[in-house]
Amino acid sequence: MCSLPAASADPGRDARLIRLVRQDCGSCHGMTLQGGLGPPLVPAALRDRPFPNLVATVRDGRPGSAMPAWRSLLSEDEVEWIVRQLVAGFPLRPE
Amino acid sequence: MIRRAASGAVPIALLAWLLLAQGCAQPQLRGTGDLGLVVERASGSVQVVETSAQTVLGTVSGLGDLSHASAVFSRDGRYAYVFGRDGGLSKVDLLQRRLVRRIQQAGNSIGGAISQDGRMVVAQNYEPGGIKAFDAATLELIADVPANYGSDGRSSKVVGLVDLPANRFAYALFDAGEIRITDLSDPAQPRTSAYSAGLQPYDGLVTPDGRYYLAGLFGEDSVALLDLWHPEAGVRKVLVGYGRGEERLPVFKMPHLRGWAVAGHRAYLPAVGRHEVLVVDTETWQEVGRIAVRGQPVFVIARPDGRQIWVNFALPDNDWVQVFDTDTGLGVTTLTPGRAVLHLEFTPRGEQVWISARDDDRVLVYDTRTLRQLASLSAQSPSGILFTARANRIGF
Repeated sequence: MCSLPAASADPGRDARLIRLVRQDCGSCHGMTLQGGLGPPLVPAALRDRPFPNLVATVRDGRPGSAMPAWRSLLSEDEVEWIVRQLVAGFPLRPE
Repeated sequence: MIRRAASGAVPIALLAWLLLAQGCAQPQLRGTGDLGLVVERASGSVQVVETSAQTVLGTVSGLGDLSHASAVFSRDGRYAYVFGRDGGLSKVDLLQRRLVRRIQQAGNSIGGAISQDGRMVVAQNYEPGGIKAFDAATLELIADVPANYGSDGRSSKVVGLVDLPANRFAYALFDAGEIRITDLSDPAQPRTSAYSAGLQPYDGLVTPDGRYYLAGLFGEDSVALLDLWHPEAGVRKVLVGYGRGEERLPVFKMPHLRGWAVAGHRAYLPAVGRHEVLVVDTETWQEVGRIAVRGQPVFVIARPDGRQIWVNFALPDNDWVQVFDTDTGLGVTTLTPGRAVLHLEFTPRGEQVWISARDDDRVLVYDTRTLRQLASLSAQSPSGILFTARANRIGF
């Protein structure tokens, strides 16, 4: 019933990650993810970027930029889930 | 003159009669000195609040994307100019609780300022970079000042915009590493001076007297200081190497300098990527102390009397607020007002502080002397809280 990209075995976790991305990533990338101090994170902006590079950017940050490493707050699974959602078009709110 | 006054009296009498004829629909007269706004960042709305009885008077919607929204106030305290992330600029009437005018002035914006004479509001933009000035009455564009830099004229994101005396504005260029001052006393001919500031200025503040502009640097361990009485002397770096060569913690939220903490002869500044507040003497601009805090500070704000500073924090410590006594340097208390504390604002004389807890959808009001909670108000994803007293302060 729910749309495929957001489907998950753990809706509680998903809701937490959706809030984190919209609200906290949103403080630099914009709540609509259209960009701000950080670049846009909408599908069109990410299309040509290899999946492992995007995961590494979230996990390890980008030295020399304002992008922090999120590995102290997010597991590898969570980072991968977020990147998959971003590439597909990030959910507005939990299902 | 006499004729004008006499003819003006007729419509006023007529208006009074109309108001009386409407009976109970007559609006109650009130001032705006105890009013303010709470930004509801996810729903594109603002609540109009009053601090005398701590209530919500109403909500104004249709303001667009208000993630990272801020506002400035008209000099009469009646109108708020709300700058949205999506580049929208909205003029809100606090008394009638309605949207007066709204324009789309840029693709991506971060805030704004109002001129000393109150006649122009100025927006600072990410996309395209630069600043734009608008007529405060009509929101018509009156000046467009790009923030180009380098030999190829790239456009820089602008941060830290503040008003200065004489209808000038100071701001910092994140990508270009500069502080710029634009004189808009003749908006048809803006005059801009640029000063090299350092790597990645992320925000700025002006001291309460309008004399010193500080830009916090993200790309290096120091703060850029410009004496606005002697800008020709250029930027001086202060707090150089405050990180002592230690590796920074990941910064999950940029600190904010606006809403400063200048108390007496000291400024209290957030350290980037450290659990510290840096204390600087505002006469010598030397570090005179550090306060260990329980997370990375985002806002460090002095109570208006300067006796306390209140600090909130970046993820993952954003449920905490700490209060310090500036006389002893000691902690007064640590509060947990709610989840994801984004902002705090003092009433003009400092007896109350209003705190937004985004993830609890609440605004909490505390008595700053007893530290007891006075009120808890419902708001949708509240972020910035801004009171009309800002209308009367340089740099707000």
